[in-house]
Amino acid sequence: MIAHAIFFYVFSVIAVVSAIMVTVSKNTVHSVFFLILDFISISCLFIMIGAEFLGMIMLIVYVGAVAVLFLFVVMMLNVAQQKNQWFVSKDSSRHIPIGLLISVVIFFELIIVIGGWKYKPDLFNSAKSSLEIGVSNTHSLGQVLYTDYIHVFQISGMILLIAMIGAIVLTFRQREGVKKQSYLKQISRERTEGVEVLEVASNKGVKIDD
Amino acid sequence: MEYLNIIFQESYKILFLLVPVLVSVAMIVWLDRRVWAFVQKRQGPNVVGPFGLLQSLADALKYIFKEIIIPASSNKVIFILAPIITMTLALIAWAVIPFGVEQVLADINVGILYIFAVSSLGVYGIIMGGWASNSKYPFLGAIRSAAQMVSYEVSIGIIIINVLLCVGSLNLNDIVVAQKEMWFVIPLFPMFVIFFISALAETNRPPFDLPEAEAELVAGYQTEYSGMMYAMFWLGEYANILLMCALGSILFLGGWLSPIDLYPFNLIPGALWLIFKILFLFILFALVKAIVPRYRYDQLMRLGWKIFLPLSLTYVVLTASYLFYFNLLPTI
Repeated sequence: MIAHAIFFYVFSVIAVVSAIMVTVSKNTVHSVFFLILDFISISCLFIMIGAEFLGMIMLIVYVGAVAVLFLFVVMMLNVAQQKNQWFVSKDSSRHIPIGLLISVVIFFELIIVIGGWKYKPDLFNSAKSSLEIGVSNTHSLGQVLYTDYIHVFQISGMILLIAMIGAIVLTFRQREGVKKQSYLKQISRERTEGVEVLEVASNKGVKIDD
Repeated sequence: MEYLNIIFQESYKILFLLVPVLVSVAMIVWLDRRVWAFVQKRQGPNVVGPFGLLQSLADALKYIFKEIIIPASSNKVIFILAPIITMTLALIAWAVIPFGVEQVLADINVGILYIFAVSSLGVYGIIMGGWASNSKYPFLGAIRSAAQMVSYEVSIGIIIINVLLCVGSLNLNDIVVAQKEMWFVIPLFPMFVIFFISALAETNRPPFDLPEAEAELVAGYQTEYSGMMYAMFWLGEYANILLMCALGSILFLGGWLSPIDLYPFNLIPGALWLIFKILFLFILFALVKAIVPRYRYDQLMRLGWKIFLPLSLTYVVLTASYLFYFNLLPTI
């Protein structure tokens, strides 16, 4: 049991410290790396309370895919430079009230969450589905998700699909003059249509491949 | 005291897994070069030791005694961390690979998800190395590999779903036991082919070795690395390839099961069968490297998103409907 407690405190200290470092560190790429460390230690905590499926999915989705894209964007745009200009430029004061508002909202939300911790036992009893003992949590999650909450599950899938299509539509642009390679065209080319014999008039020339 | 005992026992087990893995990584590098050479009618490394078997050892010694050069403008912490992460991630995934009914280091319920998660983390070693080098070629290599590995992970994930539909468990030992009647390579043969090609792309093997395409990017993300740090990247890469071969043989070729359940074959231990299957897949990997020319980057992306993803998704629907219609869905 002591070992369990030691592991819990190690992972939670890493999680909290790296969460602070995400906001404190000057280099944006470092922030993303600390975010990844945060994700990993949170998924370790998930595994420690027995939610192994959730922990692994957290690793695969957040660390393996989402954070890679974060890193991608941060590296490509070189946000570190922009951040410095943000504080130096004159019109930065416009953003300060909005930032303050958001941070106040988050602060009150955090207070509500800490207060709500007291009512955790009541919430636990009012939950509709009870955990069966001896069934791995992948199975029990599937049983709840695909029976009682199938509509919610489907709707969330639809929302994600719409978001994806929206992002593609917004960024898609047809560029002119781009030469495209069509595999079907290349394979189905024959000698008869590949070679063409032209009668060229003297001193006139001929125009091919426009 | 009891706790210390557990720790000693576990580290003993881990040592017995890791040392063979590391030695076989060294051997497999030799095998790779030999197969490659034979396809091109060359001899390959055949001087150091019998058949050149100790060539990798000689190479490792050379790497150890070379100077480690850290570029002045690089981000030093991340630069040093990158090969360590690559190597560690390539090795920790072996914890859940079953070599027999009881011969597994950690028999966890979500074994296949664990391997998938660790292999999806593998991209960080490359991105970190490429970014921290603070140089153009490594950065281009890192960006390429990030896009490539994320794309091919999608199709590998969907192929794994195909297998899981037939098994009904995420445990790797259950997956092997479910193939007692018939290896999954027979009903899921198209998926096996796609898995093999995606594994090539996931481990940055030719013909998909665009992150380190030597003709255009020098050595990609490894350009600025030297000495032992380069060797660690290299070891991690080959350990990853071996892991993908092991995963392929567990998912499709029956893991530690013998091909026929008859008298002389039964006597051979399961671990040996698994090693034979891994070697078979690895020789295929090496042959592909020797035979196929490198893909262009847009062709690579097209193959991943426009061909493999729809194909494997269709196969999921087909497998699920077949199992459902003939009432063959595994009972949980």
